[in-house]
Amino acid sequence: MEGQPFFRPEWIGDNLDVIGSRLWEHVQMTVIAVAIGLLLAFALALLIRRLPFLYGPIVGFTGTLYAIPSLALFAILVAFLGLTLAAAEVALVSYTLLILVRNIVAGLRGVPAEVIEAATGMGLTSGQRLARIELPIALPVIVAGLRIATVTTIGLVTVTALIGRGGLGYLIVNTGINRFFPTSIYTGVVLCVALAVAADLGLLGLQRWLTPWARARGASV
Amino acid sequence: MNGPSPAGGAVVELEHVSKSYPGTDAPAVGDLSLTIPAGEICVLVGPSGCGKTTTMKMINRLIEPTGGRITIGGEDIMSMPAVELRRRIGYVIQQVGLFPHLTIGDNVATVPRLLRWKPPRIRERVEELLELVGLEPREYRDRYPAELSGGERQRVGVARALAADPPVMLMDEPFGAVDPIRRERLQNEFLRLQARVRKTIVFVTHDVDEAIKMADKIAILQRGGVLAQYDTPDVILASPATEFVERFVGADRGLKRLSLGRVRDLAPIAPVIVHAGESRADARGRLDRVEELTYALLVDDRDRPIGWIDAHDLAGEGPIPADAATPGAPTVQGETTLRDALSALLGSSVQLGVVVDERDRVTGLVSVDAIGEALRAPVRAADGSLVPIGEAAAG
Repeated sequence: MEGQPFFRPEWIGDNLDVIGSRLWEHVQMTVIAVAIGLLLAFALALLIRRLPFLYGPIVGFTGTLYAIPSLALFAILVAFLGLTLAAAEVALVSYTLLILVRNIVAGLRGVPAEVIEAATGMGLTSGQRLARIELPIALPVIVAGLRIATVTTIGLVTVTALIGRGGLGYLIVNTGINRFFPTSIYTGVVLCVALAVAADLGLLGLQRWLTPWARARGASV
Repeated sequence: MNGPSPAGGAVVELEHVSKSYPGTDAPAVGDLSLTIPAGEICVLVGPSGCGKTTTMKMINRLIEPTGGRITIGGEDIMSMPAVELRRRIGYVIQQVGLFPHLTIGDNVATVPRLLRWKPPRIRERVEELLELVGLEPREYRDRYPAELSGGERQRVGVARALAADPPVMLMDEPFGAVDPIRRERLQNEFLRLQARVRKTIVFVTHDVDEAIKMADKIAILQRGGVLAQYDTPDVILASPATEFVERFVGADRGLKRLSLGRVRDLAPIAPVIVHAGESRADARGRLDRVEELTYALLVDDRDRPIGWIDAHDLAGEGPIPADAATPGAPTVQGETTLRDALSALLGSSVQLGVVVDERDRVTGLVSVDAIGEALRAPVRAADGSLVPIGEAAAG
């Protein structure tokens, strides 16, 4: 990286539009991946709720997906889907599944047995019980998983720069490392971390707002 | 406050009900028949494994019977979908099972919402129920279960079960998880509540004392859901049907029976009352005429007891001095249980108790003999016949 000054703040001012569009791309890719991941994980968790013996196989499968090195997964997917957004999203979604499935199932299983017995004994149908009782009570655990999945995805989006996407990763890899331009790397990294922190706090705030009852716990006995 | 609607209870009838699980030889419940009259508390009691909880859960089909028929108010419980049946039956469990994410008000409103009541009607009902169980609605309605004490939560559980005014309530060891002092209070509160709502209640417990206290009728179950005896607590204690029942209710069943009776149930004994300043000869004459009594009772000018005076103290002439009596006459009230009365009497030298009213005025006497006699009198069985007191039939 010789010949380049360590940091050139004026580059940021000159390239706000590029930075902004990459940030927006990063947010979009993250939201798409987490949203699809959440939907799939929900479907899998409901399947497990009905057929508990599927827990082992499903967690084993999503765990295997999680264990594949990201570079290798992107390379395989590009072979099938080309350098497309779809290739990037398929990889990102598959990384969210393990955490989300495990937390949704753990949240549902954490609903106290006596609460379920009371609900059933009072005449709630299985669907009413899920929607009105089990999911709301599981929400803190589900959101905890969502926060980890989101922060992980925000980090992984940068890797998709290798297949021509990348959001803020584009600033790190393409205009940064490839052109020996540190300012772009720092900008990408700092924004990426800031985005992760903001998303994490945002989801935490959302959870607090949705579960006022969880704060009442321990207020008095 | 408006009481709950006078709908009251409905007859619950079990006819040859059984439950067997595949892969097991002995049925959990085999051929059980039981009629629970409307508005009564029927306590199912027995050792663990006797099928009492299984029996209770078959009534709201949390466990489906494998044989026989259960009817509520004449209607077969299999004639409607299980969820619809359950919305008509109150359900209270030991761990309460309040929904932690809903406020107390929303918890109580659960079944009315399932039944799609209009919101104003639900609001009114929630308020009425919280008042009924002794929780100020304005203070409790918007709080969450985690903010309540164990006893308060249990009361909310009862209010929630009563929400849609079901004719039948099932209660599975409802007071099992609270400490003995709070349990006693919750039991008393519940009995007062039941006196107003008159539901048909099926109550499961493993605690004989709780069964005796709560029950209009006790069903004692043996392993395999075999009905060992079904009768009023008094009859079961006075005359256990089998050796199993006799052992199950305990060797102290005589004392247990005493806690069912009240002092006001005994035939009153009239005391010989004397006042300070009265002539000794007069008092002595009156005491002599009453053969059963060797003591007169000295009372103050408001008829409150001071102590006992015997013939020896009354010897001689002149007025009775104010300090003539031996203090320490135990006082009991009409509501005192015979067990507590006996305990007080045995602790005093005279073995007579003074029955007083709410202003401490003497209304009569109670003796150890009278209490013993009450235990020996035959009791009236559920079918109206008189049952002599005795040991269980051999075998």
